[in-house]
Amino acid sequence: MAQNVLAFSEDRGLLIQLLGKGKELADSLGGELNVLLVGSNISDSGELAQYGSKKTLVADDPGFEHFSVEAYKEAFLKAVEASDPRIILIGATKRGKELAARVAAALDTGCMTECLSLEVDEEGNLVGERLTYAGSTIATEVSRRAPHIATIPSRAFETPEPGEGVGEIVTLDVSIPEPRVKVVERRDKVKGDMGLEGAPIIVSAGRGFKAKEDLKLLEELAGVLEAKVGCSRPISADLGWMEDWIGISGRKVSPKFYLACGISGTIQHVAGIRDSQIIVSINEDANANIHEISDYSLVGDLYTVLPALIKALKEKIG
Amino acid sequence: MARIIVLLKDIVDLTEMKVDPETRQPKTEGVKRKISEVDKRALETAIKLKESGEGEVIALSMGGSGTRTALLAALAMGADAAYIINDEALAGVDALATSKVLKAAVEKLGDYDLIIGGEMALDSLSAQVCPRLAELLGLPQVTYVKEIELGEGTLRAVRDLEDVDEVVEVDLPAVVAVVREVNEPRIPSLMNIMKAKRKPTEEWDAEAVGLSAEEVKASSSVEVLKVEAPKVDRKRIVIKADTIEDAVLQLAEAIVSEGVLER
Ligand SMILES: Cc1cc2nc3c(=O)[nH]c(=O)nc-3n(C[C@H](O)[C@H](O)[C@H](O)COP(=O)(O)OP(=O)(O)OC[C@H]3O[C@@H](n4cnc5c(N)ncnc54)[C@H](O)[C@@H]3O)c2cc1C
Repeated sequence: MAQNVLAFSEDRGLLIQLLGKGKELADSLGGELNVLLVGSNISDSGELAQYGSKKTLVADDPGFEHFSVEAYKEAFLKAVEASDPRIILIGATKRGKELAARVAAALDTGCMTECLSLEVDEEGNLVGERLTYAGSTIATEVSRRAPHIATIPSRAFETPEPGEGVGEIVTLDVSIPEPRVKVVERRDKVKGDMGLEGAPIIVSAGRGFKAKEDLKLLEELAGVLEAKVGCSRPISADLGWMEDWIGISGRKVSPKFYLACGISGTIQHVAGIRDSQIIVSINEDANANIHEISDYSLVGDLYTVLPALIKALKEKIG
Repeated sequence: MARIIVLLKDIVDLTEMKVDPETRQPKTEGVKRKISEVDKRALETAIKLKESGEGEVIALSMGGSGTRTALLAALAMGADAAYIINDEALAGVDALATSKVLKAAVEKLGDYDLIIGGEMALDSLSAQVCPRLAELLGLPQVTYVKEIELGEGTLRAVRDLEDVDEVVEVDLPAVVAVVREVNEPRIPSLMNIMKAKRKPTEEWDAEAVGLSAEEVKASSSVEVLKVEAPKVDRKRIVIKADTIEDAVLQLAEAIVSEGVLER
């Protein structure tokens, strides 16, 4: 069996992070790093050799303009045939994860979802660390049969610096199946970058807020603290009051100061704020889980607490 | 008349799971088990589809000795029957092996129009079973579904992706995976909880679905070596005062002393 690594992500930024890790794994195996590009009118396939990719396998066809898991799977199987990988890395976007699982089933092999670290053990198996139990634990898992497949979330690994590498471009000839799942409409989402990931101070809203207008209270506090405003998943996904949320399925943040306001502190939310230096909670329920993981807890009604806190802090600042 | 198979996994009740303070390992023994949250919403989806037309909802689970009790909740919510693959020899197998077992069970169940599961089980977070099952059965997959309706032999769904909501149509049969936002699962009435105990439940081992447990186990590739909860080190100061104004002043003091206002 060859010792190569094959990387794929439809998200270019994430793909480059995969290449950084992929190069390291390929070097430790003594194999080469290859990359798969799938799309329509691909123009930048030359760029990836700079990140250590030897072969850039290109599946270019109008049928690949939009992601379709069954079509992309066909391209993937061709790429596997052409590059004989021992390790397959796939970017853990939603599309990437459904593709990885389907490809893994087609190759009759295992897959480790959303790995935060990866290394090759003495036996040449792939060992990864990943979150389990809704994000409250870290599991160490080993894939015992090659090809080993792992999906990798954004920012798990650093973006490497481009170098001087030269590689070749290999065109894949894929016969695209007639799509069984027909897309009848695409509704673009407004999903801006709320700037949460690098923010030093974050104040965050949960379902304790009764109406969208009430978020003004938190925004005013954010103004005083020079903070970014975030929220729990229901505030964004159920109510649509903000574009993005914090937690295991949203942004993972690591501010100096995190204030959770009207947030109950479910495992899924806590998994996204664990790396905060100081956590403060404001929640009217003395038994809410958020208090268990806070440095400072204030049990009270946010509608009373926030205006008073804003006033007190303004006085401190003078 | 739609025949819908719902894939359910029973997991430890995560709100009751504790961590051993010494080893940092989660203590799962003896903790109450319940249907994983997103799977429950998959079940609610199936029941709603059944109610909007006519049909049958079959709960299918690969589990263990506690699964039968956990699945009573599914029957109480409105599933018509439950089938459980419970084989000690299969304990700890990965998503690949689980999908093979579920495929065999689905084939044993006979004709169906739709298979619905949750995006992921909340214990393993692996998000693989639905796509794997679709591949093994040679069916189309419609993942991340937050809205769904059935037509004549077809399905229309809205998929919740990072950058778009994708409206799709597909001929049945198909495999669907739903996200949390698809619905709020119902709370069954006392009457339906009583009735649940009389609904048909069957348990199978690997052999009953035509598989050799040893072969399935041998095909399993991913093994969990260690599970550990990261250490939480928090001050856990609960601010107490006679009036809320005083409490807020104390909180403001704390914020200042932590250097949050230093720029
Ligand atoms: C697969 C999956 C992934 C998920 N991922 C995430 C994720 O990444 N991030 C996330 O946040 N959630 C996530 N969730 C959802 C999670 O399970 C919870 O539903 C969610 O975190 C709860 O949000 P909340 O705390 O805002 O609401 P609730 O749990 O409803 O809590 C509201 C809190 O506000 C308090 N409150 C009410 N009124 C007031 C008041 N006037 N003053 C003060 N306090 C008040 C209440 O006491 C309560 O504690 C996920 C769920 C699933 C199934």
